[in-house]
Amino acid sequence: MTEMRSPEFFASVPDPQGRFGPYGGKFVAETLMTALADLEALYRDLSKDPDFQREFDTDLAHYVGRPSPLYEAARISDEIGGARIFLKREDLNHTGAHKVNNTIGQALLAKHMGKKRVIAETGAGQHGVASATVAARLGLECHVFMGAEDVKRQALNVYRMKLLGAEVVPVTSGSRTLKDAMNEALRDWVTYVDSTFYIIGTVAGPHPYPMLVRDFQSVIGREARRQCLERNGRLPDALVACVGGGSNAIGLFHPFLPDEGVAMYGVEAGGHGVETGEHAAPLSAGTPGVLHGNRTYLMQDENGQILHTHSVSAGLDYPGVGPEHAWLKDIGRVQYVSANDDEALAAFHRWTRMEGIMPALETAHALAYAERLAADMSPEQHIVVNLSGRGDKDILTVAAIDGIEL
Amino acid sequence: MTRLTSCFERLKNEGRKAVIPYIVAGDPSRFGTVPLMHRLVDAGADIVELGVPFSDPMSEGPVIQKGHERALDNGISLRDVLGMVADFRQHDSSTPVVVMGYANPVERMGYASFATACAEVGVDGLITVDLPPEEVDSLRDQLELVGIDNIFLISPTTPEPRIKTIVQSASGFIYYVAVKGVTGAGHLDTADVASYMTKIKEATTLPVCVGFGIKDAASAGAVAGVADGAVVGSALIDTMAQTIANGGSEELATDNAISLLKSIRNGVDNVPTGV
Repeated sequence: MTEMRSPEFFASVPDPQGRFGPYGGKFVAETLMTALADLEALYRDLSKDPDFQREFDTDLAHYVGRPSPLYEAARISDEIGGARIFLKREDLNHTGAHKVNNTIGQALLAKHMGKKRVIAETGAGQHGVASATVAARLGLECHVFMGAEDVKRQALNVYRMKLLGAEVVPVTSGSRTLKDAMNEALRDWVTYVDSTFYIIGTVAGPHPYPMLVRDFQSVIGREARRQCLERNGRLPDALVACVGGGSNAIGLFHPFLPDEGVAMYGVEAGGHGVETGEHAAPLSAGTPGVLHGNRTYLMQDENGQILHTHSVSAGLDYPGVGPEHAWLKDIGRVQYVSANDDEALAAFHRWTRMEGIMPALETAHALAYAERLAADMSPEQHIVVNLSGRGDKDILTVAAIDGIEL
Repeated sequence: MTRLTSCFERLKNEGRKAVIPYIVAGDPSRFGTVPLMHRLVDAGADIVELGVPFSDPMSEGPVIQKGHERALDNGISLRDVLGMVADFRQHDSSTPVVVMGYANPVERMGYASFATACAEVGVDGLITVDLPPEEVDSLRDQLELVGIDNIFLISPTTPEPRIKTIVQSASGFIYYVAVKGVTGAGHLDTADVASYMTKIKEATTLPVCVGFGIKDAASAGAVAGVADGAVVGSALIDTMAQTIANGGSEELATDNAISLLKSIRNGVDNVPTGV
């Protein structure tokens, strides 16, 4: 098995067809196939181009503020009395989440393609904000598709996007959440494919998106790995990240995949509890299928219709997941688990009060699981949690749940 | 000879072009679909395209999206759609039926059982919007085993070398998506369609039908001047939905759709030959 788990093994996906084992691919209408092929060809060239890499790294350093710190959450770790928990502080990035790593990269691709218009889908609004931000900076027209339900529960981010000059398009079809926003973005792209670059926010969608979003987000794991070695003189014992589409998780996990001693946990949104059916945990309780351009695990009924999902966090409220996660689950390299709404909310409050770090509700799922995991480990062991985003955007949601009127 | 091949052969001999209505199975009601299919044939449809409702119809504009939602509200599954084809075949053994939909319901049913069921009930062709040639191989193999045509889409963004690749594995007919966009959107530019049609015709002898953007007798007639058939979907579905929204019965909605189809039939047939 050692040979199976070499760096080459993990670098072998996706294959030239965009497949991660049986997952991934390009399941889109013919109209988009040429646009995807063009993007793939451009990315293949640019990803080997030192000038492009330098441009990307410079933006990450001076615009995003990288590297992000690795912070030891001493107080909570002491209280749990188990493994030491370290936070990879993606919340300290410009715009407040990991999402910007990817939008910087894709905006550079859009610039190289000479596109004047960008579109994006968004759930919690973090990817929408990160897209509107890079569009403002490059003077690009930006349209963000957002489920009408999410427009309501993420009003602060909606206004942020408008301030940045983006047009926010509320999507009223289907379940009015992230999945429907992605449908609408794909419909827009098919209509304006000549002028438009689609900035997909997660490691899902048709090839080459899962690959290029992974590559852009892998800066998280590369930094974290280096920081662990510098600071602790060794690699961590476990990594924990929340998984909606899975971009922050793959960003942290990917550079560690060949490190056999590093366990990995992707935390899905358990909603009201995976056993209730009201959740957003396709890897925990779904089956393989095809949606939004790729084959992956989905929440679907026996007739192949996509089910409505539930999560307190808009960013995890998605019935699918990136195809590389589906593959990592099947080969057993990453364990996929879940945390419920209540556990995430409790973690949100605890980490805010005990560490002075207010996590996004998405991130709070990872923290909730990390607490459980740490308790079963020893103080000599280390866990790195991807603190993927800050929670300012969720204040109104949390206040409403707590029955507080602002 | 398959029903699709003999249909196009007959049309060719008669010097006519195909009229292909698209409806969503189970919209506006579960039990109205099979009678509607028969009425469409009586009104001049050469082929019937039956849409399989899907929760996430990514290539559809708002009109057909709503049709999918209504059908799903009526509880229509892929198996129900196949059941409707079986019912239709009890009284019509000659009109080709093409099933059009998205990959996931077919994936869920399983390619082999889907293909077998299609053959049993009398489906003639399949269009799967999100299965481009790169992804369709294993399904097409299953369909080939039972003699069902897999119909490929070609769009205005398909470059010429790719057209050649696509037509090599195509059968039945080629579906040319005339506008960049979703169903029911945009304005059809007949000159563009004509010039693109030349490129496709250079690559294949298969019939080429045009869809997306055909709304009425005039646009259908214009398309029929340059292609082998015209597909009309959104306009029919919108006519029915509008009738019902204005308080009309399903019967009246069907009547109105049939009137529209008849005028489209006339538009297609009145094309002067040689244009």
